This record gives sequence, C-alpha cells and structure tokens, in this order.
Amino acid sequence: MPTGSESTPAIALPRRENCAAVVRALSNAVRRAPLALFLFSAVVPSAVAASSGGPISPTNIFAPASTPAHSIYRLSVFELEILGAIFVVVFSLLAYAVTKFRERSHADETEPPQIYGSNQMELAWTVIPVLIVVVLFLSTAQVIHRVQDAHAPDGTIQVTAVAHQFWWEYRYPQLGVVAANELHVPVSDPSNPTPTYIHLLSADVDHSFWVPRLAGKTDLIPNHPNNMWIDPHETGLFLGQCAQFCGTQHAKMLLRVYVQSRDDFDRWVHDQQQRAAPTNSDVAAGSALFISKACFACHTIGGTIAAGKVGPDLTHLMSRDTIGSGSVPNTPANLLKWVRDPATFKPGTLMPAQDLTDQELGEIVAYLMTLH
Amino acid sequence: MSATSANITASEAPWQLPSRGKVGMICLIIAESAIFTIFVAAYVFYIGKSLNGPTPREVLKVPVVGTICLLSSSLTMHWAIAALRKAKTGLFSLFWFVTLALGAIFIIGTAIEWRHMIYQDGFTIQTNLFGTTYYSLVGLHASHVIVGLVGLTLVMIFALLGKVKPEHTERCEVFSLYWHFVDAVWVVVFTTVYILGR
Amino acid sequence: MASEAVPLTIHKSPLAVVYEWLGTADHKKIGSMYIVYALLFLVVMGIEACLMRIQLAHANSTFLSPQVFNRLFTLHGTTGVFFVAMPILVGFGNYIVPLMIGARDMAYPRLNAFGFWMTAFGGLLLYGSFFAGASIAQAGAAPDFGWFAYAPLTSAAFSAGHTADYWNLSILLGGVGSIAGGINFVATVLTMRCPGMTLNKMPLMAWMNLVLGGLILVTISPLTAAQMMLMADRYLGAHFFDVQAGGSVVMWMHFFWIFGHPEVYVLIIPCFAFISEVVPVFSRKAIFGYPAMVAATVSIGFVSLGVWAHHMFTVGMPSYGNAFFVLTTMVVAVPTGIKIFNWLATLWGGKIRFATPMMFAVGFLFQFLIGGLTGITLATAPFDWQLGNSYFVVAHFHYVIVGGIMFSIFAAFYYWFPKMTGRMLNETLGKWHFWIFLIGFHLTFDTLHIPGLLGMPRRIYTYEAGRGWEIWNMISSIGVIFQGVAVLIFVYNMVASFIKGVPAGNDPWDAWTLEWATTSPPPEYNFAVVPEVHSRRPLWDIKHPEDPDWKYE
Repeated sequence: MPTGSESTPAIALPRRENCAAVVRALSNAVRRAPLALFLFSAVVPSAVAASSGGPISPTNIFAPASTPAHSIYRLSVFELEILGAIFVVVFSLLAYAVTKFRERSHADETEPPQIYGSNQMELAWTVIPVLIVVVLFLSTAQVIHRVQDAHAPDGTIQVTAVAHQFWWEYRYPQLGVVAANELHVPVSDPSNPTPTYIHLLSADVDHSFWVPRLAGKTDLIPNHPNNMWIDPHETGLFLGQCAQFCGTQHAKMLLRVYVQSRDDFDRWVHDQQQRAAPTNSDVAAGSALFISKACFACHTIGGTIAAGKVGPDLTHLMSRDTIGSGSVPNTPANLLKWVRDPATFKPGTLMPAQDLTDQELGEIVAYLMTLH
Repeated sequence: MSATSANITASEAPWQLPSRGKVGMICLIIAESAIFTIFVAAYVFYIGKSLNGPTPREVLKVPVVGTICLLSSSLTMHWAIAALRKAKTGLFSLFWFVTLALGAIFIIGTAIEWRHMIYQDGFTIQTNLFGTTYYSLVGLHASHVIVGLVGLTLVMIFALLGKVKPEHTERCEVFSLYWHFVDAVWVVVFTTVYILGR
Repeated sequence: MASEAVPLTIHKSPLAVVYEWLGTADHKKIGSMYIVYALLFLVVMGIEACLMRIQLAHANSTFLSPQVFNRLFTLHGTTGVFFVAMPILVGFGNYIVPLMIGARDMAYPRLNAFGFWMTAFGGLLLYGSFFAGASIAQAGAAPDFGWFAYAPLTSAAFSAGHTADYWNLSILLGGVGSIAGGINFVATVLTMRCPGMTLNKMPLMAWMNLVLGGLILVTISPLTAAQMMLMADRYLGAHFFDVQAGGSVVMWMHFFWIFGHPEVYVLIIPCFAFISEVVPVFSRKAIFGYPAMVAATVSIGFVSLGVWAHHMFTVGMPSYGNAFFVLTTMVVAVPTGIKIFNWLATLWGGKIRFATPMMFAVGFLFQFLIGGLTGITLATAPFDWQLGNSYFVVAHFHYVIVGGIMFSIFAAFYYWFPKMTGRMLNETLGKWHFWIFLIGFHLTFDTLHIPGLLGMPRRIYTYEAGRGWEIWNMISSIGVIFQGVAVLIFVYNMVASFIKGVPAGNDPWDAWTLEWATTSPPPEYNFAVVPEVHSRRPLWDIKHPEDPDWKYE
C-alpha cells in the first residue's frame, strides 16, 4: 500500500471538465425520467391496488373502507409515486456512478480531476427538493384539515371509548348502551352519511385505537380526551388492535368493529339497552356466587346489584363473539378457562385467577351463559 | 510538517484560537440553559392548572432583598475581576468576599421563605402542580447558586492565603461566566414565578 | 514528513497496565475504551434481538413470556441508543478528531475520562437491573415500558418495583457523560486546531463533531430535565406527570421527543463524518461542495430542534400543530438529501477503489437514501396515522440505524483500525462480512416494512394468525442469522488482525488528513512537531506539491 503518492500530477483535463459531464449525464437522466415516472406511476398504484382488500390481510392500510382511511390512502399513493420517482433517479445515478467510475487498474497511479463543487448544480439540487417539499406539504395539510376538522352531520352516532389495561369500554351516551370490546356501528351511505364519532378517553395509561381499514390511529390518553370518526362504506367485521404500548398485555388488546346495516344495528342497540333477564332457578347458584365471590366488585350486570366498573360490562356477554378483548372465541370451554385463570390466555392481565372449586366454576359459567 | 511553498500568507498572522476555558464554560452554560428552559416550560404550562391548594398569590412573597443582592453580586464579581486584572489583589479579595456574601444572603433568604411556606403554610412540592413546579424550578436554581457559592468560597480561601495572582484573571473570568449565568437564570425564574405566574 | 516514534520496550505488570487504562486521560485510550465497551453491548443487543425475532417468527408463539419480551425490547432500544451508538460514535470522534486537527489531545482530557466512566457506569447500572427483582429467568427488574418510557407507565401505580428507577438513573448518568463529551468536542474543535487550520480548512469530520457537540448540549439536557421531573414524581411526591393532580402525560412526550428527535441526528452526524472521510479517499477526489456540506450539517443541527412532534402525530394535537411539524420535518429532509447528492458528485468522475471501507460506505449511501424516503412517508401526518407505531416505523428506523449508522461504523472500523492498531483488517474476511451482513440486513429490514403496511403494531410479544404477517416475520427472523454470522466474522477479523494482521504503516489508504501523517498507532503525544496546514487536505498538498489544494479552495 503506497504511503505516499508518486503519481504524476493531474494533467490535461482542466479541473472543471467533469462538471460539464455531470450536467450532461443529469440532463440525460432527466430526459429519460418521464418514461421511468410513467412506468412507475403505473406500477405503484397497481401494486397497491392488487394488495387492497382480498385475502392478503384484514388490516391492510391500502384497503380503505371508510372516508378517513380513503383520504389517507389517496395521499399515500400520490406521495409514494413522488418518492418512488426520486428513488429511481437517485438510485440509478448512484448505481451508475459506482460502476462507471470504478478504478480500472490498480497500477494506474494518476489521480482523477479534482472537482471542488459547482454552484449551479448545488443550487439546482437544493431548489428541486424544496419544491417537492412544498407540493407534499400542501397536499398533506389539506388532508389533515379534511380529516381532523370535519364536522359531524345530523344522524352521527356518538360513542365514547374508554381504554383500560387491557380492554375497551364503549358507551353510547344518546342510546344508553354500555358495551365492551366489540364495537357495533351502522354502515354509512356516502350520499347520506351516518358516521360514528368516537370520543377517546383512557382510564389508566396511554393506548391507541387502530383499525387500519377504517381510519388512522388516534391515541387514548388519560386527562387528554381525543376525537376521531369513521364512516364505513361496507358492512362486515373490521379488525385492529391497540397501537400504543400499554403494559404486559398490550399485544392482546384487540379491536373488533362490526359494521352493520341500519336495521341490524338498531336491533343490536335495542338488545343492548335491555337489563339482564331475571335469573331462572337453574343458574341461581351461579348468580349467587357472582356476588359472594366478589365478581360484582369489578363487573356490571344491568338489573342486578353488580355495578363494578373495573372490568367489562357483562350484561350481554353472550352477544359477543370473543372474550379477553378479542383474544379467544367466546365458547363455554374458553369461558371456563378464562374465569378459572385469565392468565391462561393473557398472562399479565389484571383480572386475577379465581379461587373456585370446579363445581363453583361450572355454576358461574352456566350463569354467565344466560347473559344474552 | 512544514509549509511546502514559501509564498503563502496564511501563516504570517499570529495563530489565534478562542480561550479554552471560556468555550468550555459557555458550552456548560448552554446545556444548563436547556435544562432550565424545560423546567420553565413546565412551570408556564401548569400555571392555573392546579386542581386544589394554595395559589401563588396566597403563598408567594416577592424576594426583593434577595434579588437585589444576587443581581448586585454580578456587579461586585465584575469589579473583583477588574481589580485582579490591574493586580490589585486586596481589592479583588474585598469584592470577591462581597460577592460571596451577597450570594449567601440570597440563599438564606430563599431558605427562610421556604421554611415559612413548608411549615407555616403547609405548602410543599406534593401539594399541587404549583408546588411541584415552584419548588423544582426555584430549587434547581438554588442548587446552582450553592454550587457557585462553593466555588466562590474555594477561591476566597485561596485569595486569603495569598495564592490568587493577576495571571489567574482568566480563570476567575471563566468562573464569573458561571456566576453571571446563575444571575441571568434568576432574572428568568423571577419573571416567570413572581411576575408571570402570580 | 512522518514522525518516527522510537518504540520503547517497557515491561509492565498486568496490574500496572490495568491501572494505566483505568486512570488514563489520553484521548486515544479513552476512545478505544468507548469503542470496546460499545461493541460488548452491541453483542448483548444482538442477543436481545435474536430472542425477540425467534419469538416473532411465528404467530401465537410462547417461546417468551410477555414480561420477558417487553423487557427485551425496552433494553434493546435503550442499550442501542445510549450504550452502543453514542459511545461508539463518541469513541471514534475522541480518537480521530484531535489527530485530524493536529492536536495532542482533547481540550479537557480529564473531563473526557469522566465522561467515559459515567457512560460505562450507566450501562452497568441498567444491566444490573437483571439481577434485581424476582428472578433472572424473568429478566429481573429490567425496565419493560419501552425505551421512551411514556408516563404514566413509569409511575409507581403502573410500574412495580424499581424498573423505572433503573431506566431513569442509568440514562441520567450516561447523559451526564454525554454532555461532558459534547462540551469537550466543541472546545476541542474550536480551541485546539493546529496553526493554519482555520474553520474553513478543517476536515469535514471536525466540523461534524463540532455540530455534534453543540447538538448534544441542547439535546441530552431536556431528557435530563424530564428525568429529574420523573424522579421528583417517584420519590418526592411531585405531580409533573400525575393526571390525578391535573398533570399531563403528553408533557412527558413533548420533553422526551424534544430530546429524542435531535438525538437521532446526534447519532447520524458522526456517520456523515465517516462517510465524508471515506468516500473522497476511495474515490480519489476531494469532497464535492465542502461549504455546502458544512452549511447543510449546521442547518440540520438547528432545524432538527423543531421537528420533534412528528413522533406525536397520533396524540391529538390540533390540525395546525400537526401541519407545522409536517413542514419542519420535511424541511429538515432537504439538507439531509443534499448531502447524498454531494457524496454522489464526489463519486462521480472518480477512480473508485472498492476496499472494504468503501463497500460499507456505498451500502450506506443506498440504504440511507431509502431510510430517508420512508422517513418522508412518516413525516406526512395522515400517512403516519396509519404507519405510526407499526412495524413500518421499526423498519424505517432500523434501516437508518443499521443500514445507515451501523454500515458507516463498519466503514469507520475498516478505515481507522489500521491507524489505531498498526495492522490492517483482513480484506477477504471484510468482504465476507460485508456481503453476508448486507444479505441479512435486507432480508430482515426490507421485509419488515410489509407487516407495518398490513397493520402490525410494534411492541407486541405475539400476534394473531390470519393477519397476513406470518411469512414476513419469518423471513425477517431468518435474516438475523446472516447478520449474526457476519458480526462474528467481523469480531474474529478484529481479534485475528490485532494479533497477526499485515502491518499498516502510517498511511495505508493514501489518504489526505493529518491522522495519516503520524505512526500507526500514534505515539502518546500524537505528533513530534505540531503540524501547520494550508488547505483542507494537508497530505494531498505534500503528495502533490505541483498541484496543491490551497490553490483552488
């Protein structure tokens, strides 16, 4: 390895020569860019479109089913096209540079022409990014405003979501409904929107409500109420989960949003508004245990003395498809395991294992299964 | 390593670099200012947000004497250094002592104020948001004053032992930057707590 | 020319050697200690990453409990930022910058030692948490609330035992060490340059360490302040982040990110420095647009202080607040992008030698480009409402941290290891290291963007099947194997070369800055005669007396 260069001095080429070559190469690239841009602008949306909906993922952000998600989607495609074009141009220049300007032979000891800078080029590659920033910023600001500052039309469903460690409480103040973990909303017809506005609160630490196909995520922060809205355009079940680390069982604080036709939604509301039916004698033992074993201290069952607020409202437990905030299906076997020891499914959840005999367990679960 | 060519004018002017002590102290001051800024931000953000407990008007007494003493101490410090530069070590010791005394009066005043608020008014850092932000901000400043007093005392001892000479002017000047910083922070804290927040 | 240091053979007892290193204030020894310390923690971080990727390779995995997983990702992030990236970058700066500016040491050698030992102790305190609490198998009392330690998770109500205290105190101490380092870098660059080296004539690495030092001063201190507030809350009954008393947990977020965002620039600016040294030397050309590079770095330093809330787009700031931070974040992308163009123009028309340092540097250029572009997607608030807190973010920052920072650190190692040890690292092993690591890096982090786009949040110890995430997680986990192998090759290369590598000589790369004008390794006093310079590339002037740089600058 040479410790000092014995090279002949840089000769012949004046130092600025390569600058012109750079400008030439750049203008070539720019001339070829529209083709690349065209190809790219065909590729990106189709790749994105191909990934939308369908079997790829129920939580695909590129499969919007609600206006906020749609607005974000359109902005993101526009931006990805611009960024993609930038990537293609710069990547190509880099790839070209590292191949074309390789040292051909190590025996060649001459140094290449030393170029210290070029004001025109540096100005150009400052101005162009600034213009791109202006374009991106303006389109972004527009979407921010459209989503965050939207006004609620008449017929909006108001829901208050309260996040807990590690479950979701939903209150419909105008409808007198209290539910947990499974959110029901009506489908919204774009010509006559009936969105759902969600007021976001937290009972303990920070959480985040994220159902990708319906909207971007918004955090639920104690002492800092937030708002978001969705207006799903199709019925169905939309999935998501808590997206702000909130403790041990953050991973299983799942979200399930049931978008229903107006009739189905009204029927659901009606059912949820009912108090629990009076217990029949079959489950009298279970309902008595519910009180004596202090389940009532954490849970509410409408129409009984159980009015605990720490855990989910169980009045209509059997109307839910899942338990443990979406983590396991609501089956008798799972219900039994859950009540015996919730840590079976969610180690670290705040509900403690219940010190019950198998007999007592059976009776309580039998009682719970009457709560439709 | 020597110049390769004779016709370079760059090396003919004397090679001047900024003073190491001053640069270092200014850097420390910048970092400390950032810390104070965050505490001031918290203070301002929480003005009027306490859910209970005494309001600033109810417990705060404007520390006029202490403030005058602390701000004057910057002046006496400046005079002390000017004296040292002119080799007037006796005068230096005098002004340095006055600086130390004025700083001590400030701290004692703060201590008396706090004693009253904690034991008489029952107002502590735990009481409410105002208590939290007040004691932390003023306490942070007071701790910086105490550090300054320790430094002042050390130099005072050296001065009384006759070890401080005119060639130490630069070092004393570096220390004085810290003391002036502490004063400047008090102006900000005073404005925030006793003017803005009352 | 180069000073010939006369080697002295003094036999020292092992104890004397240990004492010498423990008590040293020599920037070269301190720099080496920073680097070795960081490498040890890099291995620890890698193990943490391996464990997490094993857990996440399958849906509904039970390999790790949630408690252990949550501690692992907290430690992984905390260690990575404070006890790997910062020490290693400060270590290189410590070793090289005084040599580059023709000085004999840093401005404050003892402060330098203090800074190192504070950082070292901080790391040990953090890992001491493993041995506290219930059991090591459950990872003791290691913090488990994420490296940003959001309130109120760190309050006594939600955080049992002393996990929060270990996190808080270890980083507080490390932070004090960093601030000491920041003061030292600024003072050194401003007050210790050799005659003739005006600010306009110093190597870009010196400029970047100057900006780094200044940025550290205003970046770490907000975190220090917030941590003091957290301590007051936890020990003195204060209410800074106590919502019951009307306090705000969002304020913690603001203070943390006022630190946290400029911190990533603290991490990347030294890497810009390494690239700005390696690319010119291996392209055989001067850096293109030195004044613009300086201006870009300084403006990044300033603008980066105003972008922090792009980490808080989902927190519920008003629309104009969100829009403001979109703007500032996009603005800071401009000087950052400019640098890529300057490096590209340096390559252009050069005679590129693909020694290992250059391969890593070129890898950096491609990967930093991509990481920067995904950063712009995250700067776009509505897009961030989907991408934020998902694996897309994880992919983005690992792209910049591993694909950018780690690659440039490898480049720095291969470039300066000869100067520090007097021996060359093996080129063949270096190329194996590069290619295997490249494959592993891309397998892991390219694919990791996709689960983010498909709705996978971060910091989850397991995930549901049927979300379309499994295959990407599996591929990502496989990539870790390649990276692990590559790092082992690297470690072997370092150890073997240290013992029996080819002697390097003063200037194995035919470079142009002052550190190559002295022996490898340099004597304790660095230069026998303090050098005098007339241009940005003093050794170029000496090697090309007919065509020196100062004619053109």
